[in-house]
Amino acid sequence: MYIFDTILNRMRRGCQTIPYPKGPAPALPDRHGGALRLDASLCPEGCAQCQGVCPTRAITLEPGRGARLDLGRCLFCGDCVAACPHGAITETNDHRLATRRREDLILGETGAEELRLAAALDKKMKSLLGRSLRLRQVSAGGCGACEADINVLGTIGWDLGRFGIQYVASPRHADGVLITGPVTKGMELALQKTWAAVPEPRIAIALGSCAISGGPFIGHSQHNGGADPIIPIDLYIPGCPPHPLTILDGFLRLLGRLPKHNL
Amino acid sequence: MNTIAPFFSFTNASRISWASVPVFSVTKLVRLTDEMLESGARLCSWFGVPDHDGTILVAVLALDSESILGVARSEPISGSYPSLTPKHPQAHLFEREVWEQHGLVPVGHPWLKPVRHTFENAPANAPFFLVEGGEMHEVAVGPVHAGVIEPGHFRFQCAGEEVLHLEIALGYQHRGIEEALPGGPYPATMSQMEALAGDTSIAHATAYASVMEALAGMEAPLRAQWLRAIALELERLANHTGDMGALAMDVAFLPTSAACGKIRGDFLNLTALMCGNRFGRGLIRPGGCRHDLEEERLITLTERLKAHMADVEQAMAWFWDAASVRVRFRNVGVVHPSQATDIGLVGPAARACGLVRDVRFDHPAGWHRFSHSPVAVWPSGDIFARARVRSLEIQRSGRYLFDQLAAPVDGDITAVLSAPQPESMTVALVEGWRGEVCHVALTDHFGRFRSYKITDPSFHNWTGLALSLRGTAVSDFPICNKSFNLSYCGFDL
Ligand code: SF4
Ligand code: SF4
Repeated sequence: MYIFDTILNRMRRGCQTIPYPKGPAPALPDRHGGALRLDASLCPEGCAQCQGVCPTRAITLEPGRGARLDLGRCLFCGDCVAACPHGAITETNDHRLATRRREDLILGETGAEELRLAAALDKKMKSLLGRSLRLRQVSAGGCGACEADINVLGTIGWDLGRFGIQYVASPRHADGVLITGPVTKGMELALQKTWAAVPEPRIAIALGSCAISGGPFIGHSQHNGGADPIIPIDLYIPGCPPHPLTILDGFLRLLGRLPKHNL
Repeated sequence: MNTIAPFFSFTNASRISWASVPVFSVTKLVRLTDEMLESGARLCSWFGVPDHDGTILVAVLALDSESILGVARSEPISGSYPSLTPKHPQAHLFEREVWEQHGLVPVGHPWLKPVRHTFENAPANAPFFLVEGGEMHEVAVGPVHAGVIEPGHFRFQCAGEEVLHLEIALGYQHRGIEEALPGGPYPATMSQMEALAGDTSIAHATAYASVMEALAGMEAPLRAQWLRAIALELERLANHTGDMGALAMDVAFLPTSAACGKIRGDFLNLTALMCGNRFGRGLIRPGGCRHDLEEERLITLTERLKAHMADVEQAMAWFWDAASVRVRFRNVGVVHPSQATDIGLVGPAARACGLVRDVRFDHPAGWHRFSHSPVAVWPSGDIFARARVRSLEIQRSGRYLFDQLAAPVDGDITAVLSAPQPESMTVALVEGWRGEVCHVALTDHFGRFRSYKITDPSFHNWTGLALSLRGTAVSDFPICNKSFNLSYCGFDL
């Protein structure tokens, strides 16, 4: 029975994969908020209302310099947006969050109100990896939600395979590693060994606030505060966890495969 | 009627004073706990609280048939105490954990070694249980597994294809969450609770919020409780659907696998519709909820849910229709009901062994005091049963949600939270999709956390996976593992 059922069903539904990036990006949930923007010139002297509500101390205030907000630490809870009476911190509803350099995630200074989105790999790397990027994912002490949304990209809705991007079982088959979690002491060695087993040239991606800074567990002594101190990172994808669209945007941005209107 | 005396009896998510928790000598505490477990109680938690130079052992039991919890403690001790494990295997991990954290030796424990202790650069799990003989071989897997999945290490003792024993070593995800809690709550505590186990954000966040509310001597407004119950079922739907897809994938039944992968995302998006985050981060806060389900949003949610439920029903129908699937699941990975009772299984894994065990029904708190959905049980203890229970729960969660969405509750969604009361204790149990989530908090003289103990359902259930493998083929491991789908990070707090 089910054979006819499934075939019929299959025909009725047609293709379920989203048209993005050729077509428009699927809308983020209205309460998502997306990337944050911080215009520190709006901060009056002495105001520190946002700082007190942030769970990860992502916001710092130095006298005379206004606020700084580190999206690498941010959990995107939105509490600071609600707490700021001056409209200095706002949500942009933008799903694009990936950067190439850690400091590009720090907002506040004039000209750096928003994060500086990632540039594509250089020509040589792009020609090597651009059509087939194989990633070995290493889960190193997060909560499992980042991994879940990495997996989601493999489902029919997103169909990551159509970009030539694939998660592989062996680091020997991989072009790079995709790291989640703050890199616990227990996973440090495993991550190092996995990284060492990936043939060069290779890339490393830190995904989620845990892997960038330690995320909600920032300051605990049982982890390394992210992958940075252990492996040189080529791409940071912030979020807790990042929306699948944010992850996909990061991958495609790195490979230089986003059409112009999405850059 | 069974009673739990001389333990102090109380109900889920209520506050008691620390002074009212009866104190016994440690031998008496062990003996009384043993008697309680003999007469049908369950061990929810067993942990140590540092006290001057010693450690106080605390036992939290559940008497499911009476909907009550019981608690007792020992005098501060150091050194050793008689182990419960030989008679009650459900205590084995708890005793190992207490030994690891406080150095108390459970005398008579058959397999005393660390649970998640990190030694230099890796968890100190060795030595492993070893079966010797000419035909024997050992298979070691992990910590980095083949897929996109959390780390753990599995050590199989095999005779040919047959698994004689599987030992599971965790601890790789240990982030020091419990150790960071005394003296709190801190600004980061709520976010950490939501990230104890990423796929169980709602259940853990609800348990933590209930703890804070109980300690403050208040309740969240009814509408907030209603919202939490809705979010909890959405979480269950997403994860059960994902598991059914994963099971289908591993027996190469692709129609259901492909469909469920997508539908799981659809359910996650319903949670995102409520609060912006697919895993429900930021929805629940002590004192209430941060986002409301306004009328328009509720209508959208109901409509989308209807479509997704129809999709998942269809995907399930294909699955159960296929003889090839049924054959692959029957009599594989069996956990006998008596084993399930002995090791204290919880959640769908327990219900798949015929145990009628469900916190929503046994220890109703919050919105579940006013609304029920039938407990899904299947008797055979195999993979078939675990898949079947999930499939039944998908139907029942769906029906429950439609009932709830059809009758919204009026009122506020947050209340002002008062400060936690000093020298108090509370236990919050929530039936997460994987089973019983247990949070126990104890406050000090100033109302700050003196101790906070979290037990994820995985803590009880990993032993179930190990047992289910005995006598099966190594190649059955993937489907056995998926049929439990336990949390590594929930275990490695
Ligand atoms: S949105 Fe980010 S920066 Fe703002 S309070 Fe939350 S975690 Fe902190
Ligand atoms: S960044 Fe957030 S979602 Fe990702 S692993 Fe860490 S806690 Fe979990």
